[in-house]
Amino acid sequence: MAVSETTQTQSTIPLEVFRYRPDQEEEPTFQRYEVPYRTDWVVLDALNYIKDQLDGTLSYRWSCRMGVCGSCGMMVNGEPKLTCAAFLRDYYPNPIRVEPLDYYPVIRDLVINMDDFMDKLVEVKAWLLPKEEKPLSEGEYLQTPAELAHYKQFTMCINCMLCYAACPVVGHDADFIGPAAIALAQRYNLDSRDGGADERADAIFSHEGIWKCTFVGDCTRVCPKKVDPAGAIQQAKIAATKDWFRSVLVPWGKK
Amino acid sequence: MSDSKSEKMSKEYIRPMPADWWLKKKTYFLFMVRELTCVFVGGYALFLLVLTTRLGDPQGFAALLNSPPLIALQIIALPMVFYHSITWLNLTPMVMVLWRGEERVSPFLITVAMYVIWAIISIVILWIAFLYR
Repeated sequence: MAVSETTQTQSTIPLEVFRYRPDQEEEPTFQRYEVPYRTDWVVLDALNYIKDQLDGTLSYRWSCRMGVCGSCGMMVNGEPKLTCAAFLRDYYPNPIRVEPLDYYPVIRDLVINMDDFMDKLVEVKAWLLPKEEKPLSEGEYLQTPAELAHYKQFTMCINCMLCYAACPVVGHDADFIGPAAIALAQRYNLDSRDGGADERADAIFSHEGIWKCTFVGDCTRVCPKKVDPAGAIQQAKIAATKDWFRSVLVPWGKK
Repeated sequence: MSDSKSEKMSKEYIRPMPADWWLKKKTYFLFMVRELTCVFVGGYALFLLVLTTRLGDPQGFAALLNSPPLIALQIIALPMVFYHSITWLNLTPMVMVLWRGEERVSPFLITVAMYVIWAIISIVILWIAFLYR
């Protein structure tokens, strides 16, 4: 630390930060801060430096600063990023523009209102609905490694909402259930212990669900956890189409 | 939960969606190009349908194929259809997930298989075309 401070105190990097203070202004503005440039700093470190040393009024969300909590997602030069994983050195010496995640209402500065996303998680019932409730005495719901492998990728989601900020469909239509919620619904639909696919069907196999997706694929590109929500949605489209054909061609068979 | 709080804060700022959103990011732009190339896929399909109406009339069939506007259509449509096909073939492994026990079949293998199938079908069609030339 001491070494990097002595060698690099001279150079700074400008941050243009989105400011919106609803008690003072109608329209958001950009405020420029000069922040010390350090090769091991991420954008979140720079924001913490601003908050600590330059301007205590700046508001933003963060928690773990190691890419697992999903709180510090922001637009960094127009790209949705976890600011704890966006290194200053990848932008230096150009200015870095930091904005709140796209398409969501801004409460203040870099803080968005995420109630809508939380409601969607509830709508798709993103939790395990067991096929049959077993009494505790019967033990665990067992699963083979192969069964686990089928949905494991989708369990990696940290609800950071970068995929929503990357999705132009979300920008055009806030009713779209969206990438992460559908990927999480798939996570439970593909789980061998789960029997809730029918209960989730209304939310995800509807027009507001998978059929609104036009497969831009940017959700998958920006996902910091390689969840591949775009893949989850297209796979759900295939499953829904197969079910439909089956119900038309074999009406007497099981759904 | 936060209802009373958000009412007090009241004025949340909603950023407008710009009409030129698809020009702002390379990935959005390429998506739009992919979607627009479907017009040429449809246009070429229409052209083939019109051709079938001349099947019983070899001279008319040749005349239609040789008409300059339709030659122009084919020259434009060819790269568009290529772009359309290639982008979709490259996306196939995201849609098509195959499992070999606990292992997911490599996405690269699925893409390669798509190109191989494409090549085989093209060769068969060319072969038939030359056979009945």
